[in-house]
Amino acid sequence: MREEQYQKLKTIVETYLPEDVDPKEIKKESDFIQELNINSANLVDIVLDVEDEFDIILENEDMDGMKTINDALEIIETKLADKE
Amino acid sequence: MTKSEILARLPYDKPFRFVDELQHITEERVEGTFTFNEGLDFYQGHFKDFPVTPGVLLTECCAQIGLVCLGIYLLKDSKNDFPSRIAFSSSEMEFVLPVFPGETVTVYSEKVYFRFGKLKCKVQMVNQKGQQVCKGVLAGMFKTVKDGN
Repeated sequence: MREEQYQKLKTIVETYLPEDVDPKEIKKESDFIQELNINSANLVDIVLDVEDEFDIILENEDMDGMKTINDALEIIETKLADKE
Repeated sequence: MTKSEILARLPYDKPFRFVDELQHITEERVEGTFTFNEGLDFYQGHFKDFPVTPGVLLTECCAQIGLVCLGIYLLKDSKNDFPSRIAFSSSEMEFVLPVFPGETVTVYSEKVYFRFGKLKCKVQMVNQKGQQVCKGVLAGMFKTVKDGN
């Protein structure tokens, strides 16, 4: 389940990667801003795409705590669990 | 928040303020005007013998009215001082007609979304004859002091 979410998230993140970052560099530990060079405006786009893809709603606090791919996966998992 | 309070909070001044007046503002849309006075400096060089307003300045005018004025209004209840930091993050514009020295333009902007500090708007600019001059989609980031970095 988590692996499937990871692949979906990776596809979203790839869309917003700057040209100088190889998509192969996306790892679960990757920091969006520090390591993947994603700017804060594109991070918002990623969150909005995540909301659409997983049919969930993120709050400001979620966004503040979303530093790495792993953080995002955890938020997605929690939100999906809350839905059930 | 009144329209004059919004103008007073704009972080721009001459020679880089491209907002004269706001006609209308709600949480969803804003309408404002600016007159490109004939004496503006850049007309001497754009173009050398044929003054016409540069597209980047039409974009800037759309952004100051459509994004920044609307953003100030949307953050009116924020406890933090505004604006502590703003940044233009993306633009996709199409230019339809030239704007010559002395023309007054009206910018109409409609919010697409304002989430996590990012404001995205659909904007269009029309001239005094009501003809569309340019249109596009602009986005900017609004950070208040509390958010840090």
